[in-house]
Amino acid sequence: MSGQMRPLDGPALDIEQLIQDPRTRIIVCCGSGGVGKTTTAAALGLRAAENGRSVCVLTIDPARRLAQAMGLTVLDNTPRPVTGINTARGGSLSAMMLDMKRTFDEVVESHSDQARAQHILANPFYQALSSSFAGTQEYMAMEKLSQLRAQADRDGTWDLIIVDTPPSRSALDFLDAPERLSSFLDGKFIRILSAPARGAGKGIGRLVGAGVGLFAGVLNKVLGAQLLSDLGTFVAAIDTMFGGFRQRAVETYALLAAEGTAFVVVAAPERDALREASFFVDRLSADHMPLAGLVVNRMQNANADDLSADQARAAAERIEDEDAMVASLLTMHAMRLDEAARQRRLVARFSGAHPSVSLRGVPALAQDVHDLEGLREIGALLGQPT
Amino acid sequence: MVPDTDWPETLLHVVSGKGGTGKSTVAAALALSLAQSGRRVMLMEVEGRQGIAQMFDTPPLPHEERRIASAPNGGEVWALAVEPEEALLEYLELFYNLRRAGSVLRKMGAIEFVTTVAPGLRDVLLTGKAIELTRRKDKGISPAYDAVVLDAPPTGRITRFLNINTEIAGLAKVGPIRSQADSVMSVLRSKRTAIHLVTLLEEMPVQETLDGIAEIRDAALPIGSVIVNMRRPHVPHEQEIVELTDRKRISAGLAHAGLDKRKTIIAEALFIEAREHAARLDMESVERARIADTGLPVYDLPIISGGIDTAALYELAVLLNEQGLA
Repeated sequence: MSGQMRPLDGPALDIEQLIQDPRTRIIVCCGSGGVGKTTTAAALGLRAAENGRSVCVLTIDPARRLAQAMGLTVLDNTPRPVTGINTARGGSLSAMMLDMKRTFDEVVESHSDQARAQHILANPFYQALSSSFAGTQEYMAMEKLSQLRAQADRDGTWDLIIVDTPPSRSALDFLDAPERLSSFLDGKFIRILSAPARGAGKGIGRLVGAGVGLFAGVLNKVLGAQLLSDLGTFVAAIDTMFGGFRQRAVETYALLAAEGTAFVVVAAPERDALREASFFVDRLSADHMPLAGLVVNRMQNANADDLSADQARAAAERIEDEDAMVASLLTMHAMRLDEAARQRRLVARFSGAHPSVSLRGVPALAQDVHDLEGLREIGALLGQPT
Repeated sequence: MVPDTDWPETLLHVVSGKGGTGKSTVAAALALSLAQSGRRVMLMEVEGRQGIAQMFDTPPLPHEERRIASAPNGGEVWALAVEPEEALLEYLELFYNLRRAGSVLRKMGAIEFVTTVAPGLRDVLLTGKAIELTRRKDKGISPAYDAVVLDAPPTGRITRFLNINTEIAGLAKVGPIRSQADSVMSVLRSKRTAIHLVTLLEEMPVQETLDGIAEIRDAALPIGSVIVNMRRPHVPHEQEIVELTDRKRISAGLAHAGLDKRKTIIAEALFIEAREHAARLDMESVERARIADTGLPVYDLPIISGGIDTAALYELAVLLNEQGLA
C-alpha cells in the first residue's frame, strides 16, 4: 500500500549502508518535536539488529505505546533486551528509556566519595536541578551515551548505539557544554558562591579581592542571605566534581565528532520542521560533526501516480452531475497529489540550501506505529535501496 | 464593545502543544482574535525560534516590544521574542534597580550560569516576564496590554515550565526571590491564566495532550481548553465513500469520465484511498471522543492549504472569535 516512493531531489541517504557498516558505532537522531524521531531511532535499531548487529537504543521520552512495543515497561535506567526480534543473523536489540535524575545521581556518585555523594544528593538545590530543571535532560542523554559506549568498549555488549535526543532546539546544547562549563568554572562566580561555606568568618569581599563587592551585594540583595548560603553550601559540595564534569564534556564532544559517529537529522515535510532541520544541519556542520543526512518522515504518497491532479480534476468535473461520489473521490485524489507535490517542493527547497546533505524520504503510514511489526515496516522503508 | 468570550477573566493565555501541531500558529491567531475587539494584545515567544517574525513576515524580532499587526476597532498585536540574557538584566533592573550590575555579572560568569549552565533559571525569567507584561500599567493607570498570549514550550515541558516558581519557592524560604516566585505563581494559578493545548486528531498528539492535562491538573494549574488544529475538510459524499465495498462501482464512474483505458488500475488506487480515508475518519472520531472525555471546552481550526501566512492567521482569528475563544 505504502510501497516505493519516488526518490527526493538531492543525493540519496543510504541507510542500509550506514547501519550495516561495522564502523558505524553511534547514530544520533535529532530534529524538532513531532517528526517521528523516536520511531526512526527504534526502527533503525530493529533493522540493524535483525541484520546481525548488537544494538542498544537509548530513547528520551517515547510515546507510551511505542515504549510498550519495545518492552520498555520499567524505568530503571538500564538497557533491557527487546523480545520478539529475529535473531537468525546473530544480532540483538536492547532498549532503554533515559531516567534523567538517576543518571545525574550516578554522575555524582562516580565523581565523589560516598559521604560527599549522600550530602549532595540530599541537597534541595541538587534535587531541583536534577529532576525539575529544563536542559538537564540534554546533558544527561549525552552522559548516558558515554556510559553505554564505555560499557560497550569494555565488554563488547553492543557494537551500535542509537540515541534519540530531546525534542527541542536545545537538543544540541551539549555541544556547547565544554565551553560553557569552562566559562563558568574559570569565572569568579563559582568561587564567590562557595566562599561563605568554605571560609567561615571571612567576608566574601576579602576572600575574592576588591572589585567584587558590588557583585556580592547584588547576590545578597537578589538571592537573600538564606538562599545564598544554601546555594553556597551546594556549590562548595559539588565544587570538586566540576573538573570531572568538564573532562567528561570534553570527552563526549570528542566521541561525537569522531569517526564512527553519524548524526541523522529527522524532519517532517512541513515548513517549520524543515526550518528546524536546517538549523540542526548548520549547527552540526559548524562544529564539524559527522552528518549522515536527513530523513523526511510521513511523506504523502499517492497511489495512482499516473493520473495527474489536473486529469483527476477534469475527470471529476465531467461526471459531477451523474456520479457525484466518484467525482468526490477523484477530487480527493487530486488533493493528495497536490499535497505530495507541495511536500516535495519544501524538501527541494531545503536541498537547494543544503545541496551536499543526503536525503531519505519515508512515506506516511495509515496509522501510528505501536508494535515491532510497525517498526519493521518503517525500517524496511528506511532501508529500501535508493 | 464588550467581547463575547468564554474567557472574560483571562489575562494570560498560555498556548502549548506537541511539536508539529502548530501551537505557534494558534498562538498568533489567538492574539489576532483577541485584538479584534479593539484590545491591545502582547504575543510573546520564548524559544528563540523567531516563529512570530516568520508568520507575520517581518525581520527577526529583537528583545523589544514591537507592534506587528493591527485589527479592527483600534486593536493591536504587539510581539516580543524574549532573549534570556536581556530578560535577566531587565529583571534585575525592574525588581532590584540593578541594571548597572550587568557587566560585572557577565565578567563573573554569572550570566552564563543563569542562562545556560542552569537552564531552569531561564524559565524563571521567562514566566516572570510574562507576568510582568500582564501587570504593567501605562502611566500607572490603564493596563499596558489587555491580554498576553504566550507561545509556550511544548506539552511535554509545559507543567515544569509554569511550575518552576513553585520549585524556586521551595528553595528560597524567605527573601526577595521567594516573594517574586510567590507572586508569579499567584497569577499562574488564578483565573487570570488559562492554558490551552493544541492537538491534531491523531493518536500520539491526543495522548500527549491527555497526559499534559493530567499533569497540569495535578500541579493545580488552570487548564483552559483543547484546540484541535489542522482539521481535515469535509469531503462531499463522505458516507458513501466510507461505505464503498466495490471497485466496479468506481470503474463505472471512471468510464463515464472518459478514463476508460486505465480504469481498473485507477479504480484500485482510488479504492485504496477511500479505505484509507475511512480508516482516518474512524481514528478521528475515536480521538475526538477521547478529547471530549476531558470535559474541557474544545475549539476547532481547519487545515490551511498552502501554508500559513498573515492572511491565513486573520482567517483563523475570525474562526476563534466565532467559537468564543476570544
